[in-house]
Amino acid sequence: MLDWPLLIGILPQVVLDGIILGFMYALIALGYTMVYGVLEFINFAHSEIFIVGAFVGVEIMLGLKSAGLLEALPWPLILLLVLAAGMAASGALAVVAERVAYRPLRGAPRLIPLISAIGISFFLQDFIRLVESLWRNAFNLVYPTIEPLNHRFELTTTIDVSVKALVVIAAALGMLWLLHALVNRTRVGTAIRAVAEDQAAASLMGINVNRIISLTFLIGGAMGGAAGVLFGVQYGLINPYTGFIPGLKAFTAAVLGGIGNIPGAMLGGLVLGLLEAFAASYLSLLTGGAFGAEYKDIFAFSMLILILIFRPRGLLGEVVRERA
Amino acid sequence: MILHAILTVAAVTVSSLAVAVFPRSVLAFLLFQGSLLFVYLARIPTWLRATLLGVALLVLMPLIGAYNGYYLEVATQVGIFVALALGLNIVVGLAGLLDLGYVAFFAVGAYTWAIFGSPHANVIFGGGFPLDPVWFYVFLLFGLLVAAGTGILLGLPVLRLHGDYLAIVTLGFGEVIRVLANNLDKPVNITNGPKGITPIERPPTLLGVSYGEYFYFLVLLIVGVVILVNRRLEDSHVGRAWEAIREDELAARAMGVPLVRMKLLAFACGASFAGIMGVVFSAKQVFINPESFTFLESIGVLAMVILGGMGSIPGAVLGATAVTVLNLQVLKGLSLWLNELKNAEVIVLGYNLANLPTQFEPAKYERMIFGMILVLMMIFRPQGILPARRRQRELAELATPNPRHVVATPP
Repeated sequence: MLDWPLLIGILPQVVLDGIILGFMYALIALGYTMVYGVLEFINFAHSEIFIVGAFVGVEIMLGLKSAGLLEALPWPLILLLVLAAGMAASGALAVVAERVAYRPLRGAPRLIPLISAIGISFFLQDFIRLVESLWRNAFNLVYPTIEPLNHRFELTTTIDVSVKALVVIAAALGMLWLLHALVNRTRVGTAIRAVAEDQAAASLMGINVNRIISLTFLIGGAMGGAAGVLFGVQYGLINPYTGFIPGLKAFTAAVLGGIGNIPGAMLGGLVLGLLEAFAASYLSLLTGGAFGAEYKDIFAFSMLILILIFRPRGLLGEVVRERA
Repeated sequence: MILHAILTVAAVTVSSLAVAVFPRSVLAFLLFQGSLLFVYLARIPTWLRATLLGVALLVLMPLIGAYNGYYLEVATQVGIFVALALGLNIVVGLAGLLDLGYVAFFAVGAYTWAIFGSPHANVIFGGGFPLDPVWFYVFLLFGLLVAAGTGILLGLPVLRLHGDYLAIVTLGFGEVIRVLANNLDKPVNITNGPKGITPIERPPTLLGVSYGEYFYFLVLLIVGVVILVNRRLEDSHVGRAWEAIREDELAARAMGVPLVRMKLLAFACGASFAGIMGVVFSAKQVFINPESFTFLESIGVLAMVILGGMGSIPGAVLGATAVTVLNLQVLKGLSLWLNELKNAEVIVLGYNLANLPTQFEPAKYERMIFGMILVLMMIFRPQGILPARRRQRELAELATPNPRHVVATPP
């Protein structure tokens, strides 16, 4: 019946893939959850803010490659440079989007800013395509390979781990730790938490609410940008529409962890990543090939629907307040 | 009034003549469509308005189609999207339930006829298919019912969700339907996967009209019925209950509005329009695959509703027409024109257009258009171009600042 040795044999690899995917989701989910915590608003355009980071990253790497520097410079330096640029671009874009499309709509009925955010998301998808079409005459781009990153350590005959995967995990962990420190240990972080708690009271305490909201978008966007670069490094191929599905899943992760809750987003990302990796590898094995890996998306979305129905506050979230 | 009457008659006459003289000019056809909008907005007696619109849609449009068949195709597409926009208008505009996976119902209707109206059903049931083309008319009703049932199926689990959560879940639902359509070619081949289903039977046409004309009139008839149903619903107790739910769910419940039944009814009604048009769509196209039912289409229909005005029937009609024409004619026209300029190596401001990248094609930027429509409308005119009266008042109320909502900012 079931090939138990095979099922157990691939388990470590599946877990590893799940963890990488999970950290990616966690980084993206932070953008959703921070903005939701402060404004109770789903920043639908976050998936495009994420993929913009990937595009800035690939442009810089392709630029370095054509200058012959990709081989010459040490790869940690290149990676740092690309990460910084991707984070800066995505963060700035998130701030601009908030300024242009969300701030004028604050206080409007709840669906109105959401529709505006969907508009920004769609606009950005084709805008990236337009820019890349004019600039490179192609909008499906591939990250150039950095040889040392592709080196694989063989742990056993069936399990191996690439340098790339380790770097992605390390970078994601670093980002998450930085964010955690920023939000919980600094004055700015206190201000962010205060605004999330109660805008009016925060502003009476002398906090510039609009500045803090912009800052929240900046940080969330930057995390998304970092995730974009790591996504590109890990999976290689990107196009302007690639961001949409990971974005949706990261949102699922944010809801799973309890939207508005930062540790929740990290936990939700990891859980979703692992579940998806399991679904992708085991569905076809367990159903005798009837249902394959292509059902992993359905799996993720069904989970979103189930969580929202049965536990809308997520794993770590507080009770969701109802707003009229 | 008399001036308006003369002007409208002149506008319709001149623009239809213009199409007859320049059958290939996109501009002439746009002029014709504009004249219809003018007829609708002008201050003329109702009988004249009805006569002019009737003549234009029933007589002039088929005649134009005889000159240039593509225009009839455009008009048919417009009709299909008008019905979709009117259906979504019920869900989003009247009941205030933001549905981002609306095209799923269209897909359900389309696949209902596609499977049974093509030899594909033999794979599932053994033999005896395709059904006789006359069954198409039965399936119009059947597709409607299946879609309405799917609407209720979606509605049931999401009844407890509000606002943005509901939006995301419907989006997920739309994606689930698309992924299913893409992958249900095994273990039992139901949808034939990404390859799609073809050939789909078409019903025999009446009176020897061409298929272009046949589908145009069929769509026109359905749109007419849909508009009628919509108008009756809007002023019925059901419509009022929907609007009450949209404005304030708690208050509506306190007033005795049965929330569950009304919300499910909204989903079912909205879905049924999409379902019936799905059946027509699959017969008209002869071939369908999951690519026709993506998230992009859902947002396109949403953009139509938003552009015209949420909750407004004339708004939905105008929005659907404007967006479809923009996609099918203006953007494509722009692409063709740009290609001609490129081939002619025209130089603009010292830049040779022949050097434009080949990947740059205006026709491919639908999303950008939809996105701009959504953002700009939300910021500058959230009530839409032809707003529903109640919605307009509601938003005007919000625009006057409520002292409780003002957040003090330090200087």
